Amino acid sequence: MQTYDLEANGLRGLNSALQELNGSSNKTAWEIVNPKGSHAIAVGLNSPIEVTVKGSTGYYCAGMNQQATVRVEGSAGPGVAENMMSGTVIVEGDASQYAGATGHGGLLVIKGNASSRCGISMKGIDIVVHGNIGHMCAFMAQAGNLVVLGDAGDALGDSCYEARFFVRGTVKSLGADCIEKEMRPEHIEILKDLLARAGADAKPEEFKRYGSARKLYNFDVDNAQAY
Amino acid sequence: MDSNKIPRTVPIQSATFSNPINAEIRRAAATGIYDIRGGGAKRRVPHFDDLLFLGASISRYPLEGYREKCETKVTLGTRFAKKPIELDIPITIAGMSFGALSGPAKEALGRGASAAGTSTTTGDGGMTPEERGHSTKLVYQYLPSRYGMNPDDLRKADAIEVVVGQGAKPGGGGMLLGQKISDRVAEMRTLPKGIDQRSACRHPDWTGPDDLEIKILELREITGWQVPIYVKVGGTRPYYDTALAVKAGADVVVLDGMQGGTAATQDVFIEHVGLPTLACIRPAVQALQDLGVHREVQLIVSGGIRTGADVAKAMALGADAVAIGTAALIALGDNDPKWESEYQKLGTTTGAYDDWHEGKDPAGITTQDPELMKRLDPVDAGRRLRNYLKVMTLEAQTIARACGHNHLHNLEPEDLCALTMEAAAMARVPLAGTDWYPGKAGF
Repeated sequence: MQTYDLEANGLRGLNSALQELNGSSNKTAWEIVNPKGSHAIAVGLNSPIEVTVKGSTGYYCAGMNQQATVRVEGSAGPGVAENMMSGTVIVEGDASQYAGATGHGGLLVIKGNASSRCGISMKGIDIVVHGNIGHMCAFMAQAGNLVVLGDAGDALGDSCYEARFFVRGTVKSLGADCIEKEMRPEHIEILKDLLARAGADAKPEEFKRYGSARKLYNFDVDNAQAY
Repeated sequence: MDSNKIPRTVPIQSATFSNPINAEIRRAAATGIYDIRGGGAKRRVPHFDDLLFLGASISRYPLEGYREKCETKVTLGTRFAKKPIELDIPITIAGMSFGALSGPAKEALGRGASAAGTSTTTGDGGMTPEERGHSTKLVYQYLPSRYGMNPDDLRKADAIEVVVGQGAKPGGGGMLLGQKISDRVAEMRTLPKGIDQRSACRHPDWTGPDDLEIKILELREITGWQVPIYVKVGGTRPYYDTALAVKAGADVVVLDGMQGGTAATQDVFIEHVGLPTLACIRPAVQALQDLGVHREVQLIVSGGIRTGADVAKAMALGADAVAIGTAALIALGDNDPKWESEYQKLGTTTGAYDDWHEGKDPAGITTQDPELMKRLDPVDAGRRLRNYLKVMTLEAQTIARACGHNHLHNLEPEDLCALTMEAAAMARVPLAGTDWYPGKAGF
């Protein structure tokens, strides 16, 4: 286990050390102490290492992650796992707005609640939120899965494309072109896998599925009021 | 009186209800939707043509054309980046996406720019191998849509341009019609094939200048502080947007005026939102000067740059470099008269073709149609672009020498006068034959 004191040694040293690791390094487990809400912690990682942040983070923790597993033992600021490509990011506490924004792949697990715009413009990432999510989540979401064990706020999935949303609790309102959809066996299987990987104690059958009605995929003036 | 002998009045077209306006009313009435098109603003606005250079006579001493050297090199990103971009000429290629443009067109841009010693820029569609392969210096755009955005490509770039706005549509997104969403474009953008692709108008994961500063920090941390970070804004509030970009940590500010082009957006947006390029430069330079970073944070100006005279005028007003988009496409062969019969079939004519979003470009440039794409030879088109860039540079050098300067960066507002009150006010240079411009006290 490598321990890095962020307060004492600075952000640049941390990120350059983590980014330089490759598959042959033995330094596969890292612990970051004294994060104190710093921004851009453990961004741009590109090897299958395990990083534990001992405390809460600021903006963009684990941004553009590839392959690494990053665990935040606290809450995460805005944009956690922004544009993640692969790997896993786990937030033990709550996450601020834009969690998993534009993510292309990998798994983001938020053990607490996520604020507004969780999964905004997501492009293939899987996100599991154990608690609730705020408004405008998955706006313009293109691909991937957003699983919410609690409730969802206003305008879920507004203007979404092929992303799937699974919500166990209530949905305050659905956004433009987002509808409830049939929960078929293949969706149960997808959800079962995601819940297991996220360590979530919930039954897939308890969830409802939402997604695009695909009525706004091509512009039609008669739909103008929906925009 | 014989009514046949009464002179007839000449029919007068209304200036307000002109033929183009009437045609648009009829088109809107028939379709129920606003016009979406590519290209840039077509209306006449105060422009570089409204400025003239004051060549040297006695009070200034000219340099010998063709004999005395006039430098053109420019270095971009000297503020924080470990590896600033060094270009042979201060004319760069503006961001244009793969998807909006064909693969051969992107390749031709790379070939031409590299041969001229300058950079190209990606666009909304991400980075393609042929573009990276053919561009010696490539700027990777970080756009609101984040289509195809990944850290591997980010690290392959020579600079990163955070696009906040675009001159043709400041505050607006785009609309790429389904015809252009080919298999490859759909895959790169993670979108279903054939849908009308709506580009976002704002970055999804930040909401203001303070967030932008943190976003730039993240991008620098991912790329090891190696390459310059540009911030591109549409020309609307150039003083404040430039100041905030500097505050957020930009190495370079890219300022795009309303004559800047676009792949596809609403005509009403293109023609009615934003400031003319000419009006943007001096406020932006003023912001840099007020912050004490003029020339430390470089300024790239774009939007309707066509000639070496435009280049020289932009630089005289304080820009470090310019970027060209539409002009580069014309150099490649877009709107070429040799395709006139095909433009006619599309209901338009050479020089007016702007339905770039429909994917039917007879020149094979703004299309994803495989057959049309074959019409563009990237080697030959790249050569044309290289020639054009060289000519622009020669023109700018000629003017600079005549004004007594041995580097294009030494051009200054005192080298200019204005032909119109509007241009004088916007460029803050004297009206020709006077020592006054609107807003200047003491006349």
